[in-house]
Parts: sequence; C-alpha cells; structure tokens
Amino acid sequence: MTDPAGPISHASGLPARPAPLRPFLRLDVERRYRLIYKPAVFVASLVPFAWLACSLFGLLGFSAGVDPVKFLELECGQTALNFIFITLMVTPVRRLAGLPHLLRLRRMLGLFAFFYVALHFTIYVVLDLEFDWHTVGADIAKRPYITVGFTAFLMLIPLAVTSTNRMMRRLGRHWTKLHRLVYVVAAFGVWHYYWQEKKDVREPIIYAAVLALLLGYRVVRAWRQKRRADQTAGGFSRAKPSWIRYGE
Amino acid sequence: MAFRVPRIAPSEITPAEVYFNRRSFLTRALAAGVGASIGAAHAAVLSGKAGAPLTFAPNPRESVDALVHASGQDETPNTWEEVTNYNNYYEFGTDKGDPAANAHHLHTSRWNVAVEGEAEVTGNFHLEDFLKPYALEERIYRFRCVEAWSMVIPWVGIPLASMLQRFKPTSRAKYVAFETIYSPSQMPGQSAWPPVLPWPYREGLRIDEAMNPLTLMVVGLFGRELPNQDGAPLRLIVPWKYGFKGIKSIVKIRFTESQPPNTWNQATPNEYGFYANVNPNVPHPRWSQATERRIGAPLFHQRQPTLMFNGYADEVADMYRGMDLRRYY
Repeated sequence: MTDPAGPISHASGLPARPAPLRPFLRLDVERRYRLIYKPAVFVASLVPFAWLACSLFGLLGFSAGVDPVKFLELECGQTALNFIFITLMVTPVRRLAGLPHLLRLRRMLGLFAFFYVALHFTIYVVLDLEFDWHTVGADIAKRPYITVGFTAFLMLIPLAVTSTNRMMRRLGRHWTKLHRLVYVVAAFGVWHYYWQEKKDVREPIIYAAVLALLLGYRVVRAWRQKRRADQTAGGFSRAKPSWIRYGE
Repeated sequence: MAFRVPRIAPSEITPAEVYFNRRSFLTRALAAGVGASIGAAHAAVLSGKAGAPLTFAPNPRESVDALVHASGQDETPNTWEEVTNYNNYYEFGTDKGDPAANAHHLHTSRWNVAVEGEAEVTGNFHLEDFLKPYALEERIYRFRCVEAWSMVIPWVGIPLASMLQRFKPTSRAKYVAFETIYSPSQMPGQSAWPPVLPWPYREGLRIDEAMNPLTLMVVGLFGRELPNQDGAPLRLIVPWKYGFKGIKSIVKIRFTESQPPNTWNQATPNEYGFYANVNPNVPHPRWSQATERRIGAPLFHQRQPTLMFNGYADEVADMYRGMDLRRYY
C-alpha cells in the first residue's frame, strides 16, 4: 500500500522528517543564524535604505528624478509595506517549506518594517510638508487616507517596543495577542496605499490579494486546528484555544 | 500688481509659417539668435531630444515680473528637464516618467484637426492649415496640478480666442469640447486593462472661458516644438484651472450648446468637476488644495500657498461671479 520511495510514518500518516542536512560550515543552527543568516538579512534589509539615500544624493548613478520628495516618500512607503508583507510571510513559509528556524528572522524583519514606516512618516513631515505641523495635524484629522496610514504607524509602535526578549517573557501569552495587531496594520497599510492612488489602483489591488492569501492561510489553519481539537476531545475541547498558537 | 495678458506690438510678431518650415528654419534661427526670452535662454541647455526652434513673440518682461509680484514667490520657470520628464499623460502610462518614456510611439506628422458643431465654418483641417493664420506668442504661466504640485512653464502658442473666432461660432455655441487622439497602438495606456480612464480623453470649456485672453492653444515649449510627452502637436493650457483641463494631442474641437462631458469628471464625479478652477479653499475629497509643492525648488523650500485661480483672479474671477465654487468645483 505504501510507496517504498516515499517513507511514510505509519503512526501519524504524515511524511517522515527528511534526514537533517549536513551542517553548513560545521555550524549548528543557532550559530548559522547568528553568524550568517541574520547579518545577511540585516544587510539586505538596508539595501532599500542605501538605494533611497543614493538616489537622494545622486550617488552611484542613482537618481530620485525630477521630484525627489515624492520619489522618496512613495518608494519608502512601498518598501515599508513590502517589509510588513515579508514579515507576514515568515509563518506560512516556515510551515509550508518545513523551515521552522526561519522564525529567528521574524523579529528583525518586523523591526525593519517599523523602521521604513517611521522613515516614510518622517519624509512626509520633513520633506513633503516641511514641518508645517498645522497641516500635518489637519491631514491626519481630515484626510482619511492619511488617518488610516498614521493609525497603522501608531499601532506598530507598541509592537516594536514589546519586541525584546524581556517584554516577550513579561507579556507571556498576551504578547501573541498583542502582536496580532500586525494583521490590522497590514490591512490599514494596503488601504492607505489604495486610497492615496488617484485612479490607477491596479498595484494596491495586487497587494490586497496577497494580503488576503496571507491572512486566509491563518484563518484556515486556525479553523482546522480547532476542528481537530474538537474531534480529539470528543466535543469537549481540552486543547489550547487555537488563537494562542496560530499567532506564533 | 497682477499678471497681465501680454500686449505685443505687431512688429514683434513673426508669422507662424516658420513653424511649417521647421527644419530649414533651424539653421537660420540659430544664426540669427531669435527668441531672446526666458524660454529661449533655457533652450541653450536643452537635451538633444528637443524639437526644432519656433519663432514667436517673447513674453514681455513686465508681465513675467508681474507673475512674481502676484505671489511674492520665486517664479523662475522650471527647466526643460523637469517639464518634459515629470507630468501626467495617462495615455502613455500612469507614472510621472511614463510619458517621457513612451511618447515616442506617437506620430505627430500628418495631423488632422476636426472642427464640428455650432459654427459656420467646420471641417477637417491639416494641422499646418489649421495653424497657418496665426502668430505664435510665448506665455510664461504657472501650472498647478490637481495633485498639488506646480511648475512655471514657458509655453508657445496661440490665444484660443483668435483661433476659435475664425470658425464663426453661432449663438448656440455655449461650450467648446475637445478630444484627444484615440490610438491604442501608439498609446500603450489606452490599451491597458482594466482601462484607467474612459478613452478617448475629453475636455471642455464654457465659451467665455475659451475666449478668455489667457486661454492658450499650445504648440511649443521653451521656444521649441512641443515634445510628444507634453501633448504634441497641439494642446490646451488654461492657467487658472487644474492641469487636467489642459487636454493634449487634440484631434477634435466641437462647439456645443450643452455642457460637454470631461473625462476625469466621468471617471470620478465626486472628485473632479467640469470647472476645475484652482481654489485653495475647496479641497479635493482626499487631500488639501491649500498649498502646493513647486517642482524643482530647493528641498525644504518647495511648499507654498496655492493662490485663488492660480494667481490669475484679476483676469478670470469675473466669469464666476455669483457662482458657488464649492458646488461647481
């Protein structure tokens, strides 16, 4: 009945774990991440920043074009949204690709998302509105797309503040609950992007579709886990509520 | 002191025929050094892509000064680089750089303009015949986009009033409608799916707006032929209105009795009206129009207040006396 080529664990019916790969440079996972992957992702995450800076100052042949202010503002905003999306991809990718250790990169990616959102807001205040705080206030209060974007920025602040190991320990299971705010941040980010567009909303709609996939994955998984838990408990769920786990 | 319509002595005006002899004119123009104006001064540093020079009556210095006095701002014209690389022309794509990148697909030789509707003289005209009777003038105008950025641009063109009078509009001609060429094979934006705007692009003016001395039918920029990305070979400029009223690459002019449709109003009626007068007191539903960012100004000195009717209130405010400008935005 079973295919000899594909080892199946008869007990669980799930594919067996593949044999562990040979340690890369004889480093264990912990060191590989600390010494190689994390620094590499850190440098890669700074590439958009370096590109924006080179464009602004006309270095290395890059140019911010005729309207550098709009260029920096829009490109930085899009980079911020991209980092929010990359952060949200960590959980599905590590599960679907069987790379559980990817979790070790998630905090850094999330903090870079916050960095680019903060930079986007700074460009808006400093370069676009030139410190006209009256207009900044009026925009946030009266311009819905700015209200939405600013709210997303505010919601990211507690997430960045509670990203340390100490805060994670202190908050315990509340940490997971709190950090589910990032789903709202992502939705507000896409909404902000959609709403500022004058007419051509094709790109924001692509972002919305990808976000629907990323959030849909979590909803389906949570629902399945709940169902499984209900079945094993014979209708009386003794398993942990699914929401505790699926935000991990 | 406000901006005045340039008063130009007949002696200053060179006939537009030179426009049709562009190539042979080039050498003579360079030799003679004609068109000593702000626009032509820039022409010295234009890129190789610039069109042939035109002969025109320069914008009198005093009205250029008046432009500055009206706002109290620096009103130095933008550079050729800025004007030809940063604009909206959705037929070539929705990014600001798309028009410059894609506009070379458009062929503007053998261009026809149809004149239709409530006028005694109508018909299909070759562009050359269409423009022949007029002398070209330079007009340095503020340009205010509805997206809240602005420039100062030295256009070369013909007052629309003198152009339209030739067709003897009847008493039923209450409006003038314009239409852009529809040619998806030359304009990638027109074949994009889903369509960003209902094509072809349409615009219109009330007849008194069309006849206002500030309204200009443009054929040139910086003393040169209009580049494709800025609406060659023929575009409209209505300096007290938002930029989208300045329809580009015009192939049809129609005199009508009722208000003609205009594309942005058709696409998003709650955001863009028929009038589209620059008005710092009436915000766009999603953003403020109280200030604008002057493209090309130094960083931290770009933001400036937007002026009522873009600074041309003295010339145009009378036309809207008693109108509720919040309702007719």
